[in-house]
Amino acid sequence: MKFSDDKLKQVDEMISHYPEGKHKSALLPLLHFVQKENGGWLSSEAMDYTAELLKIAPIEVYEVATFYSMYNLQPVGKTIFEVCQTGPCMLRGSDGIVDYIYEKLGIKPGQTTADGLFTLKTVECLGACGYAPMMQLGPDYREHLTKEKIDALIAEGKTKAN
Amino acid sequence: MGRKILLDKAHIEGIRHYDVYRREGGYRSVEKALKTMSPDAVTEEVKKSGLRGRGGAGFPTGMKWGFLAKPEGVPRYLVVNADESEPGTFKDRYLMEFIPHLLIEGMITASYALGSNVSYIYIRGEYWWVKEILEVAVQEARNAGWLGKNILGSGFDCDIFVQPGAGAYICGEETALIESLEGKRGNPRIKPPFPAVKGLWGCPTVVNNVETIAAVVPIVNDGGDEYAKIGIGKSTGTKLISACGNLNKPGVYEIEMNISVEEFLYSDEYCGGIANGKRLKACIPGGSSVPILPANLLLKTAKGETRMMTYESLSDGGFATGSMMGSGGFIAMDEDQCVVKHTYTLARFYRHESCGQCSPCREGTGWMEKILLNIENGKGKMSDIDLLWDIQRKIEGNTICPLGDAAAWPVAAAIRHFRDEFEWHVTNPTDALKGNYGLANYAKPLEIAVAP
Ligand code: FES
Repeated sequence: MKFSDDKLKQVDEMISHYPEGKHKSALLPLLHFVQKENGGWLSSEAMDYTAELLKIAPIEVYEVATFYSMYNLQPVGKTIFEVCQTGPCMLRGSDGIVDYIYEKLGIKPGQTTADGLFTLKTVECLGACGYAPMMQLGPDYREHLTKEKIDALIAEGKTKAN
Repeated sequence: MGRKILLDKAHIEGIRHYDVYRREGGYRSVEKALKTMSPDAVTEEVKKSGLRGRGGAGFPTGMKWGFLAKPEGVPRYLVVNADESEPGTFKDRYLMEFIPHLLIEGMITASYALGSNVSYIYIRGEYWWVKEILEVAVQEARNAGWLGKNILGSGFDCDIFVQPGAGAYICGEETALIESLEGKRGNPRIKPPFPAVKGLWGCPTVVNNVETIAAVVPIVNDGGDEYAKIGIGKSTGTKLISACGNLNKPGVYEIEMNISVEEFLYSDEYCGGIANGKRLKACIPGGSSVPILPANLLLKTAKGETRMMTYESLSDGGFATGSMMGSGGFIAMDEDQCVVKHTYTLARFYRHESCGQCSPCREGTGWMEKILLNIENGKGKMSDIDLLWDIQRKIEGNTICPLGDAAAWPVAAAIRHFRDEFEWHVTNPTDALKGNYGLANYAKPLEIAVAP
């Protein structure tokens, strides 16, 4: 992995948010950036490169990458359905959404479809409890989910892949 | 109609952007503070206002500011806690999404009071689009001269940066947040030293919730005394409540802290009652970690008084018969909901979010989750209920940070008030798999309120 000059400039911009010598603070935003550039997950190579960019030890990156749930340490499908299943969403039928995705795609939480298109994850409260049931889809939220909306999201995921 | 001082303009078209926000009177508090007040005078107004931290703890904000150490030549920092992750809570997101400049304005004024020349907003990583909205707002404020060097010729410099988290509830705890902002795992620190003395990069730091900082704007504009006139007793001002669960109108509401829980729940101005014509069974009034109450204790205190939406009234009766205002995450459950199952999801949440530093929390949360799942699935024993009680008792108060307490309280309250429902699961395992215990006596003997 190696960033173009343009990307390196973006890295420098991130580091500029902190006082001299406190560049390690850029680690979380930088890992988001690296993950995006690396197809949605953090390989060891990607993490080592992150360490190199920040001039910190690789272990400091591993420690952080393994702590936070938004970093994927394994390859993921092109479309990831992250369905919230915490209490308030459960009250409004999130279990039914997970079941319906299984019915349509044959994947349970933690699994990816054989064609690598879809991954299903169950996650904990995303701060959208009043608009439940909901899921995170990439950088966005999908709220007030229904079976029809799931059908549409699956269709959307398929078109995107083609 | 209740008075709104934070969200009154949130629905004006284009208010997300600087021009409209400014035209509607935005940034007056910065002008007033920087041109006519000393930093200490701003803190004084906040003290007078009686404002209490809106993140959950309810600690007086002015006092917190007063604790900030000010050694010569050492930078000080203001960090806004936008890591909103307490289940049931989504009020800060709403504020930042619809009226981001209110937060930026409050931050500049607060930074001036505290002497912070670089301030940060730490926002949960999942709110990615909100982060982008905030970054645009910061840039607009910078372009208009509200950020940067020598703002309004006052000699005060200030800049703001938005820092994303990456999925960890624990980073809402202020010392974990600081660790995370330093690029580390979100492991809470042992206190003391408190952040006010040794916080971000070892410097004196104030960490305040989004809503708290936004409230600084009306406080400076109208004066702390004016603000303190709203509400009852020590619950001054307005509070954002995010209402969810089985309600007709879930959503974010700004309330004056002088209305009853019943009014909030049933009036059309707010939640509009329970969805599908059902009856209320239980409610967690202040975010997932505060005690759940059965309907009868929610609307009236044990003494039979009307329960109000204030810090004091919600906690009236202590944990025996009361709850807490917490973060204002109001979770309502109708008569078809299962308290055991709901409690199980919360236990799972806390197990998932425990940072793992302290054994009672790391081991206890997972243990509670397993037992609760067994009971829910009809595989529990009577003795499991006592075991659960025992485990939560051993977590509470025995951890570095309050996550342990937050994990223990929901389980404790569920057993305290809904023990028969737990027992029913044990004695009727097959029924428990197919159906629910229902409303039982949880809405009696105090009458269930009907919509006015
Ligand atoms: S419980 Fe699902 S978003 Fe909060």
